Amino acid sequence: MTQPDLARLAHLSQAMRRDIVEMVSTAGSGHPGGSLSAVEIVATLYGSVMRHDPSDPKMAGRDRFVLSKGHAAPVLYAALAETGYFPREEVLTLRKLGSRLQGHPDMRKLPGVEVSTGSLGQGLALANGLALALRLDGADEPTVFCLMGDGELQEGSVWEAAMASAHYGLDNLVAIVDLNGLQIDGPTCEVMDLGNVPEKFAAFGWTVMTCDGHAVAELHDALTRAKAHVGGPIVIVARTMKGRGVSFMENLCDWHGKAPNADECARALAELAE
Amino acid sequence: MADRATREALGATLIELVDEGRDDIVVLDADLAKATTTVKFKAAHPERFFDFGIAEQNMIATAAGLAAGGKTPFASSFAVFATGRAYDQVRNSVCYPNLGVKIAATHAGVTVGPDGGSHQMVEDIALMRVLPNMQVLVPADFTSACAAIRLASTTPGPFYVRLGRPAVPALYDAGFEFATGRAYVLREGSDVTLAACGMMVSRALQAAELLAAEGISAEVIDVMSLKPLDDATILSSARKTGAAVTCEEHSVIGGLGSAIASLLALESPTPMEIVGVRDVFGTSGEADELLTYFGLTGQEIADAARRTIARAS
Repeated sequence: MTQPDLARLAHLSQAMRRDIVEMVSTAGSGHPGGSLSAVEIVATLYGSVMRHDPSDPKMAGRDRFVLSKGHAAPVLYAALAETGYFPREEVLTLRKLGSRLQGHPDMRKLPGVEVSTGSLGQGLALANGLALALRLDGADEPTVFCLMGDGELQEGSVWEAAMASAHYGLDNLVAIVDLNGLQIDGPTCEVMDLGNVPEKFAAFGWTVMTCDGHAVAELHDALTRAKAHVGGPIVIVARTMKGRGVSFMENLCDWHGKAPNADECARALAELAE
Repeated sequence: MADRATREALGATLIELVDEGRDDIVVLDADLAKATTTVKFKAAHPERFFDFGIAEQNMIATAAGLAAGGKTPFASSFAVFATGRAYDQVRNSVCYPNLGVKIAATHAGVTVGPDGGSHQMVEDIALMRVLPNMQVLVPADFTSACAAIRLASTTPGPFYVRLGRPAVPALYDAGFEFATGRAYVLREGSDVTLAACGMMVSRALQAAELLAAEGISAEVIDVMSLKPLDDATILSSARKTGAAVTCEEHSVIGGLGSAIASLLALESPTPMEIVGVRDVFGTSGEADELLTYFGLTGQEIADAARRTIARAS
């Protein structure tokens, strides 16, 4: 990646953070912590790695994105708005009656949402289904990217799906784990220890990469290599920080599902100024 | 025609559909392919068959992904697992986004037999019927089961097709034209409406014979489509006879009886009884013994009909 490209992704990330803070604050509810931890991952996908066309969301040959951690909908909406799927002002309708921006992503309401998610632990199976469908169609190019939370890995259905991805040798699938270490009730290691996540995926037959989930150069390199990977599924375990970028939200599980008030929103936006 | 199990329609019809050019059809199972008969499809079209092992939640959510990717997936397992074990996947990944996943579940009801209450699913119609977008078909014989699978394959949206384990009598001639959302009057009558689904349709016909011997004229309706319900056919019959009995191999809560009770109460209040499993779990035994044990017989239906007619007059 060239320096200007990296600067562009950093700029996109910062804009998405402002969108997330403002939309959740305006909504009065939502999930800022896990949206902010995934910003660079989603920005690198939509801003660089994924083949997609905001003016033609159903474009044949597009890469597919599945937000398995559907409560982080604001990070997806921010990426869709910033890349031109819909006007930026619409993010302020988040969670309102009549909005296309539902509390969790709804494929029937918002173009650009590939599949509806929200109930945790189902996105990887949905991604497997999309990957199998592409394989049946003989479509070699598109890659299915599936972003999961780390708390979500406590759902047994994730591991049913992980087994199937490897069993069917789905090398058109890239999973990413947003490993921010926190869930609603506290640190994942205290609520229900996930153990060694990379080793768990390796034991399920996956190729495993790890990276800093906030370093866009590292993410770009990992995602590009993962997209080109052949011979079974690959997962990128991305170390992240919940609430990243807003000082008073960072690493606090209280900000998993709490909206900033007007004052907090203003402070956060000041920190996130261009 | 020989008695055949409705589940036998599954593998056979899916093979026919692909052979007829339906290259959108894919079939998923969860380690029960021999019992559900999808193993036949696997043998004929292995590249479009996916086994998920003993992981029904994963099977259903993957089917949703396949549907989002433009395929028409048929997902099969026993009714107890396909609906109960995978309920959240059916709700959130299939019905909420209105994806065209066709759940074709076998071994529904108490006629599973010796496997016992853990496997005898009598709550599945209730679970599926309450979900927005879900369409529910409960075919009564082999021919209508083939038709139900074809209708599910050509009609957009999610389907639950309920199939059974034991052989059941043939009721329809091959070539009978079925349509979505229709109920079929198999025997006309004027004193009582017997509305049945699945294997209980043939028992309702037995009841009609018993009643006829007493001079009671029973109309028998096969309510193959529980959702959408054929309101017009059912209301027209109930208004004509003035008495209704529903018959199902399912709990008396939430199934055919509940659907028709709601319809009649709202549109045309009619004395009725519900013949079904009375809010209890199943138990081991042979299928015929269990049908008697749970009161799912022609005699019980005829008794209910007499009581209902008495209340109506």
